[in-house]
Amino acid sequence: MTKITMTVNGKTVSGEVEGRTLLSGFLREELGLRGTHIGCDTSQCGACAVHLDGQLVKSCAVLAMDAAGGSVTSIEGMQNADGSLSVIQAAFQEHHGLQCGFCTPGMVMATAALLKLNPKPSEHDVRHHLEGNICRCTGYHNIVKAVMAASGQDVSAIAAE
Amino acid sequence: MPKDGIGASTVRREDVRFLTGKGRYTADINLRHQTYAVFCRSDVAHGRINGIDTAAAMAMPGVLAIMTGADFVAMGGNPAGWHIPSRDGSAMREPKRPVLAHGKVRHVGDAYAIVVAETLEQARDAAGAVDADITELDAIVDMAAAVANPGHRVHDEIDGNLAFDWGWIEDNRAAVDAAFAAAPHVTTLELVNNRLAPNALETRASIGDYDAGTGDYKLYTTSQNPHLSRLLISAFVMGIPENKLTVVAPDVGGGFGSKIYHYGEEAAVLAASKALERPVKWVADRSEAFLSDAHGRDHVTKIQLALDKQGNFLALRTETLANVGAYLSNFSTATPTFLHGTLMAGPYRTPLVYVNVKAVFTNTAPVDAYRGAGRPEATYSIERVVDKAAHELGMDPLAIRRQNFIQPDQYPYQTPVGLVYDTGNYNATLDKMIELGDIAGFEGRAAASKAKGKLRGIGYSTWVEACGIAPSNLVGVLGARVGLYDAATVRVNATGNISVMTGAHSHGQGHETVFPQIVADMLGIPAASVDIVHGDTSKIPFGMGSYGSRSLSVCGTAITKAVDKIIAKGKKIAAHMLEAAEGDIVFADGKFSVTGTDKAKSFGEIAFSAYVPHNYPLETLEPGLEETAFYDPANFTYPAGAYACEVEIDPDTGKVTVESFTCADDFGNVINPMIVAGQVHGGVAQGIGQALLENVAYDAQGQLLSGSFMDYAMPRADDLPFYTVDHSCNTPCTHNPLGVKGCGEAGAIGTPPAVINAVVNALQRGGHTSITHIEMPVTPSRVWAAMNS
Repeated sequence: MTKITMTVNGKTVSGEVEGRTLLSGFLREELGLRGTHIGCDTSQCGACAVHLDGQLVKSCAVLAMDAAGGSVTSIEGMQNADGSLSVIQAAFQEHHGLQCGFCTPGMVMATAALLKLNPKPSEHDVRHHLEGNICRCTGYHNIVKAVMAASGQDVSAIAAE
Repeated sequence: MPKDGIGASTVRREDVRFLTGKGRYTADINLRHQTYAVFCRSDVAHGRINGIDTAAAMAMPGVLAIMTGADFVAMGGNPAGWHIPSRDGSAMREPKRPVLAHGKVRHVGDAYAIVVAETLEQARDAAGAVDADITELDAIVDMAAAVANPGHRVHDEIDGNLAFDWGWIEDNRAAVDAAFAAAPHVTTLELVNNRLAPNALETRASIGDYDAGTGDYKLYTTSQNPHLSRLLISAFVMGIPENKLTVVAPDVGGGFGSKIYHYGEEAAVLAASKALERPVKWVADRSEAFLSDAHGRDHVTKIQLALDKQGNFLALRTETLANVGAYLSNFSTATPTFLHGTLMAGPYRTPLVYVNVKAVFTNTAPVDAYRGAGRPEATYSIERVVDKAAHELGMDPLAIRRQNFIQPDQYPYQTPVGLVYDTGNYNATLDKMIELGDIAGFEGRAAASKAKGKLRGIGYSTWVEACGIAPSNLVGVLGARVGLYDAATVRVNATGNISVMTGAHSHGQGHETVFPQIVADMLGIPAASVDIVHGDTSKIPFGMGSYGSRSLSVCGTAITKAVDKIIAKGKKIAAHMLEAAEGDIVFADGKFSVTGTDKAKSFGEIAFSAYVPHNYPLETLEPGLEETAFYDPANFTYPAGAYACEVEIDPDTGKVTVESFTCADDFGNVINPMIVAGQVHGGVAQGIGQALLENVAYDAQGQLLSGSFMDYAMPRADDLPFYTVDHSCNTPCTHNPLGVKGCGEAGAIGTPPAVINAVVNALQRGGHTSITHIEMPVTPSRVWAAMNS
């Protein structure tokens, strides 16, 4: 076991890990940040997505040791400072961009990464960017709509209630 | 539109916890002194277990217990929920489905041992050291071969590998055959309804927690219906009295059918917890999910439609082989029969229908209900053969459907396959689809596609489903071994806020928002003062859970019945307080009033009086304000719809893209339109997934070839378009007070044939006139091969 230290959601944290411990496991089991979800074992589903040093990563594909010294933002760090929902989170609620909620943390993290690079993405941009995040519930319609709404675009012409 | 009552697109309150990482799924629960379980699973499809040597594994660090199938021999089997007799009257063949495999392993992934250790890593390491001596036997994978080689058996005691050979309705068979013999035209189609993996994004997980002090068991598990799990574990598998077993299904990350069932892992963690007197936690990884969750569909069908020269349907008959896998899962016998055969009239007046289904054991994972459950299989067969018949007769595919629709003045309509449709208007949804889908503009869009070198096609599906499962007396006659009513308790607290305990389980459907909308609307109070309690057998009276689009029409109706009782009791209290006759009290807008006067008490005042009964008719009325209702539906509900799909095919690659998808649905009354649209979107995506992408594939030895998200093509955001959905053409259900029909499965039922009809249309329009069918999933290689054969 090795002691590692990193910054998670703005706080300095430490923990003991094995060489094989994944960042996803460290967040969930060592730090109790259980909003980072595990939906597969092949780094395909994206439910475990977090930001590491400003980059979108699948935390099941990063060893905890390799993240030592880094700065991680997980879903628990995405609300506004006053605890209210961020623009992205609020857009997902407003446009019914989630159902069972299991893929949602990864979707929110992927959306934040997209909008940082591409503040006004087209539908095509959004769909292409979210290709690494699987949702089984929504058929993606309202997720894509929520992402575009979160970017400040008018989505009223997109069908649905 | 009301702000948060019936008909309002109220945003979901549960979203806040899911959006902030505060959802609590089973895998998120950690109990004090918890241990970790890993299952050893067969890596062969069929084998005889000669022995399992656990000594080396037991000696490894941290290992606490290893149990094998031998440790569970005394326990009961996990039963099939429906008994389906064969055409000759013989009983269904039901092999015991043990907690862990014993004697033989029957599919890749069949669990034969549970290893429990202090840490997950130690349990994993030790599971790899369990030495199972298994003699591999020839696998039985192909259904036709399983039936053709009776001596080659999945279960040693079942010759012929059939659970049943079912005819529906057997007495109609001769008349159907006679109609075919005399028919001017017969259209025949052989098709495969491909096997699917439900793949809820949350994998299954279970924690067993035995309390040695009280003898109570608690199971946290990923379930769509915790009461049914409790019943099966108690009455059939482990014999734990129901009052000593609590089943909790907390937040559940999607189900789609796969979490209806009780699985052996649940019993194994309970048994291990008792043995160790410590909690035992197991979380499936995705590979285990592919190997051991119940799959869906997997039918091979020959369907025939007899018509006259004008395109009127005269008779329909089918022969289906339905794969049930290695064991009978809980709903597996109902899915290909009473959720499939009874739908074979579709929305049409076809006077004569006969359905034959043979349920076949194979060395594959169990197959059971997956979103739609039997109804997608029925709809796909019907809507494909109708399209083919229209093509053969040179008729417009919409005209032939409309001509054969059950008409709005024919309800209630007795079908020839046992159901009585209570209401509907199939012309209305078809007209709405034609309008919204701009069907008139198709040729222009096709010309634009052609100019780009693409083939464009359009396909339709008009369908009806039987939901709101189910009237207990009817399903009892049909072979169900349980009732399918539901229950609710409405507890008005002294300060006027309300807890609603419901037997429905919400795992994405939005019950926590929608059910309060109904209660608030009925009581004239803010929805925010109503909370839903679900998913815990110790907190709710009873329930049969969420599946079959039943949550609103059955469980929601139970809630309205309990609210009715609250209002009735409130009237008695108000009559006393207002010194009026009970018959003169009216309840409206949250107030109990004396009719014709301005004397009134608010709902809150009545609730307070019920708990502080100082001015209260105590001699005739109990204090308190809490009511329970059980509701058993009088009939199924019959949602229906008309779907249109437009596809483009790239002739160079064979790749199919869905360019537009239009749904006009009749769900009866709608409580929350936003949530209803979301349910349709998700179902359509799963339907497009089945049609274009998804397939569970086993090789001839029974090895699973599609065992990960790298091999099994889940629909992703860039595979799908925006959908156009509408549910304005509603004919309210006539037998539940909300007039609701259910919407959860519609998309998955109506979509696949619309997609395939569009693909076939595109190919035929592109000059490939000999192509009359193409199997799902329509992968680029399949299309390219068809175009170039």
